Amino acid sequence: MSGEATPMAAARGGARRSALRQALSHPSTMIGGTLVLFFVLVAVFAPFIAPFDPNASDWLAVRQAPSALHWFGTDDLGRDVLSRVIFGSRASLAAGVIAVTIAISIGVPLGLVAGYFGGIVDAIIARFTDALLAVPFLVLAIALAAFLGPSLQNAMIAIGVSAMPVFVRLTRGQVLSIKNEDYITAVRALGVRDRNIILAHVLPNVMAPIVVQVTITMAVAVLAEASLAFLGLGQRPPAPSWGSMLDIARQFLTEAPWMAVWPGLAIIAIVLGFNLLGDGLNDTLTPQSEDS
Amino acid sequence: MLNFILRRILISIPTLLLVSVLVFGLLKLLPGDPALALAGQEPDPAVIEFLRTKYGLDQPLPVQYFKWLGSILQGDFGLSIRTRLPIGEMIVQKLPVTLQLSLQAMLIALLIGIPAGVFAAIRRGTPVDYIVSLIGLGGLSIPSFWLGIMLILLFAVSLGWLPSGGYVGFFESPLDNLRYTLLPSVVLGTAAAAIVMRHTRSSMIAVLKQDYVRTARAKGLRERIVVTRHALRNGLIPVVTTSTLHLGELLSGAVLTEQVFGIPGFGKMIVDGVFSRDYAVVQAVVMCSAVIFLLLSLIADLAYVVLSPRLRS
Repeated sequence: MSGEATPMAAARGGARRSALRQALSHPSTMIGGTLVLFFVLVAVFAPFIAPFDPNASDWLAVRQAPSALHWFGTDDLGRDVLSRVIFGSRASLAAGVIAVTIAISIGVPLGLVAGYFGGIVDAIIARFTDALLAVPFLVLAIALAAFLGPSLQNAMIAIGVSAMPVFVRLTRGQVLSIKNEDYITAVRALGVRDRNIILAHVLPNVMAPIVVQVTITMAVAVLAEASLAFLGLGQRPPAPSWGSMLDIARQFLTEAPWMAVWPGLAIIAIVLGFNLLGDGLNDTLTPQSEDS
Repeated sequence: MLNFILRRILISIPTLLLVSVLVFGLLKLLPGDPALALAGQEPDPAVIEFLRTKYGLDQPLPVQYFKWLGSILQGDFGLSIRTRLPIGEMIVQKLPVTLQLSLQAMLIALLIGIPAGVFAAIRRGTPVDYIVSLIGLGGLSIPSFWLGIMLILLFAVSLGWLPSGGYVGFFESPLDNLRYTLLPSVVLGTAAAAIVMRHTRSSMIAVLKQDYVRTARAKGLRERIVVTRHALRNGLIPVVTTSTLHLGELLSGAVLTEQVFGIPGFGKMIVDGVFSRDYAVVQAVVMCSAVIFLLLSLIADLAYVVLSPRLRS
C-alpha cells in the first residue's frame, strides 16, 4: 500500500519531467554533460579509436615528440601517448562510477535510517560519520588503499568508502528536514510500514540533492583515482591510467614534457565536465541554490 | 562563550576516540609484518621475535590499542620503525613545514578568491560572472600534482627562476625558504582560491539582496561604498569560517604537493609511512590530521559566533 493517489503521482511525475527538462537546458549542464558524454564514448569505443595498442612498445620511437604518426608523442617505452590517454579514460570513469556506487549504496541507506528513525541508531551512525569526516578525504583514501593493496579495484573501494560519509550526512539532513511534513505524517497515520514510507515517500523527495552530490563526487573520485595512481596506490603499470602516466612523466620532464601534458589535460576536462554538470543540476534541482 | 567552547570540546572527544579505534583497527590489518620489514633482507627468526616483543606487536590487539591510546594522550607516538626516531619529534619537525605551506596557500587563495568572488557577485549574470565562475570551476578541476609538474616545467626547467624541489627552513634562510615554498603554495592555493571565490560569490549575492544594502543604496551611497563598507563585512563571515575549515583540507592536498616538490612535510610523512609499512607513523599522521581538523572546526564555529553580530548578541 503506497497511499498515493493517481492524480498526485501524475502531478509529481510531471513536475519531475519539467525539472529534468529545465536542468538539461541549463548551459552548465549542457557543456558538462557533453564533456562527460565525450569521455564515456571515448572509453566505450577505445579499441576502435586508439591508433595503437596502448601497451605496445616501440623501441625505435622512445620519447618522440608529437608528430603526424603519434599526435601526442610517445613515452619512455615508445608507447603511443594518445592511445594510452584514450584507454586511460576507462580507469578514470570506472573509478568514478564504482566509487560513487559504493558511496551511495552504503551512505544513502545509512542516512535514510539515521534520519528517519533517530534515537540511538541515529546517534551511532552520526558519530561514526563524524569520525570518518574528521580525517581528510585523501588521507583516509590513502590509508584505505594502502590497507587493501595497490590496484585499481582497491583504489575504487578506498575512494568509495572515503566518499560515503558525505552521502550519510547529506541524506540524513534531508530526511530530517522532511520527515515531519504533513504528507509523511499522513501516510504514517494510514498505517504504511516504515520501510515502504522510506522507499516510496522519503527517498524520492530527498533525491535531488543526492543526484547533485553524485556528480560532484564523480569529479572528486576521478581526481582521487588519479592521485592514488600517481602515488603508486591505484592502477598498476603497464595498464594505462592518467595518474600513473603522470607519475612516470615526472621523471622525464626535461626530455619529454608532452608525456605530462596530455594526461593532465584529460583529467582537467573530465573533472570540469562533472563539476559543470553538478553546478547546473544544483542550480536547477535544489531550491536553496536558485538564488546563487 | 567558555561554556560553548567546553561543550564543543566535549562533543569532539567521542569523535576522536572513534577515529582512534578506526585508525588503529584499520592499520593493524595492513598486509605485511612490520617486524619482518624491520628485520632486513634475510631475517633471523629470533630477531623477528625480539622486534615483535620490543614493539609490543606480540600482544593482543585491545592491549596494543589501549597502550597506544595511553601513550598518544601523553604525546608519545612511539618510534618510527623506518627512521628509528620518535614519531612525536618527527611530527614537530614536519608539521610546521606543512602548516607554513598551508597558510601561504590560504593567503594566496584569499588574495585571489575574495576579489574574484566579489567581482562575480556584483556582475552577476553577466559574461564576467560566467568567466570568473568557469575559471573557479577550472581551479577546482586541476589535479594539484599536475599543476605542480607544469609549474616546475615552466619556472624551474624552462625559465630557471625557481628551484624544482626541495626545502630550506625559514630560519636557515628566509629568502631561500620563500623561493622553495612559492610554487608548492601556489599549487595548493589554486583549488583553495576557487573554493573561496565560490563561497564569496554566493555569500555576496545573498547579502547584496538584504534590506540594509537596499537602504544604503537608497541613501545615495556610491556602489563601491555599499559593497566594501556594508555588504562585504557580512558577506565575508561565511567565507572566514569555510576558509578556516578548508585549512584542514589543505593538509590533505599537501600529501600530493609535497610528493611532487620533494618537501619533507607532514603530508609526505604518510606516504613514506604507507610504503615502508611504518604503521605507527601512519596512525600518528591520521590521528593528528583528525585533531587538527576538529580544532579548526572549533575555531571556525568560534569565528562565526564572534563575527556574526546576531549570534554574538
